[in-house]
Amino acid sequence: MPAQNSDITTALSPDTPAIGIALRGGALTFGDKRVFNQLDLDVPAGLTTCLLGPSGVGKSSLLRLIAGIAPEATAQHLETSDGGPIVGRIAYMDQRDLLLPWLSVFDNVTLGARLRGETADRARAALLLQRVGLAGEANSLPAALSGGMRQRAALARTLMEDRPMILMDEPFSAVDALTRLRLQDLAAELLIGRTTLLVTHDPLEALRLGHRVLVLSGDPARISEPLDPLGLPPRPSDDPALHGLAAQILRDLAG
Amino acid sequence: MQTTRRALISFAVLLAGWQALVWATGVEPFILPGPWLVLKSLAGHLGLIGRHATVTLLEIVLGLIFGSGLGIASAIGLSWFPSLRRWLLPLLVVMQAIPVFALAPVLVLWVGYGLASKVMMASLIIFFPVTAAFLDGLRRTEPGWLDLAQTMTAGGHGPGRWMILRHIRIPAALPALASGLRVAAAVAPIGAVVGEWVGSSVGLGYLMLHANGRMQIDLLFAALFVLAAMAVTIFFTLDWLLRRLLPWQPDTLPSD
Repeated sequence: MPAQNSDITTALSPDTPAIGIALRGGALTFGDKRVFNQLDLDVPAGLTTCLLGPSGVGKSSLLRLIAGIAPEATAQHLETSDGGPIVGRIAYMDQRDLLLPWLSVFDNVTLGARLRGETADRARAALLLQRVGLAGEANSLPAALSGGMRQRAALARTLMEDRPMILMDEPFSAVDALTRLRLQDLAAELLIGRTTLLVTHDPLEALRLGHRVLVLSGDPARISEPLDPLGLPPRPSDDPALHGLAAQILRDLAG
Repeated sequence: MQTTRRALISFAVLLAGWQALVWATGVEPFILPGPWLVLKSLAGHLGLIGRHATVTLLEIVLGLIFGSGLGIASAIGLSWFPSLRRWLLPLLVVMQAIPVFALAPVLVLWVGYGLASKVMMASLIIFFPVTAAFLDGLRRTEPGWLDLAQTMTAGGHGPGRWMILRHIRIPAALPALASGLRVAAAVAPIGAVVGEWVGSSVGLGYLMLHANGRMQIDLLFAALFVLAAMAVTIFFTLDWLLRRLLPWQPDTLPSD
């Protein structure tokens, strides 16, 4: 079984080379309130960067700014490490699964190809569904699935896009603790070699999944010095060192 | 099944009440005939009523098809072109406030005495609820779905915009369209019958008017009964069809 799994993982490894992203002069204003201004963010290629922060600090807006779906936020410069455009080269995963209720799980996973008028790679979709443990639910409607299964389908849809960069907005915050741990392990495995920016408010999640952890906090918000925990993700959830770090980050956020 | 049985019981109680009213008041049959008399008249004029009912049914069905088609097309057009929406939407709202019945004589004058004016009348009366409901659905697409689709289509411009309309906005608006179509099915018979009242030589509306003029109140009631049965059948057939076609839209009210 493990050997087979790694075969599948190899088959699903990114076809497109990963890109890094550099953002300069990000700004977000709500009415009179300046949430952040002159914000710089670097996302290294091929690694998972976790952006931590308390709610309302603008971390989701920052992510959506890179995704090109945040009319509220602006940036002076936003460039990729290979000089190419960002538009059309990112895959986005939201806190909500955003599965279309009238499409089967399979059709949801292949939605991107459908929207671009392309023929979906059915074999790849089937492989991804198998990898997230939904091979038996390919023809089910999302309403028949549990919250954890739906989020796994959303993960499969995100990876189906095979983009050089993946943006995740609190992707596992709406599921129960046990499901979350499993989803984190699955995501870490499937995200190997891809550039990922993952926004979360859970320090432990950031420390488990991130090659690099950044903290966004303050008023106006600033990004901390990068924190590079030891070892490779997914780090075990019962690692005492991880819990110590998480507690320290929480203290810093509160303080 | 339970619902059908309840409906039948309600119907039977209604009939009994009607008969009781006729007996208790001793009202003349040319003012209010009892259900038995109406049934006898229905049986006696089956061919006549059937002939007129066929025409009315045709008017209703054609009106539903044209009115819904027009409503669907205009809702999509309005959702696609913002300038069209700015100019036409206020006009549509004002036009909806005009009682369409008042237009019936003009329609008969312009389009003639025949089928066309009744179909047009029914279409007109259907057009507004269908357009309004569908457009409302098209405008209320879950923003998260649109964000996701934008990232998948490099911003949702050009062909992407059409694909998002086709694969996300329209399917998402179908439950709203279904509500509009249910209203349409309920009001379509009104349009057809009003059209017949204003000017026609055939149809249940004409038959009722004619029977009324000749004091054949039992025939009037028989025609009315057939019209009501037709309207109810059309409504429930459409409702059943829509439920079958939109299985992902769950009924969240308990079916008690």
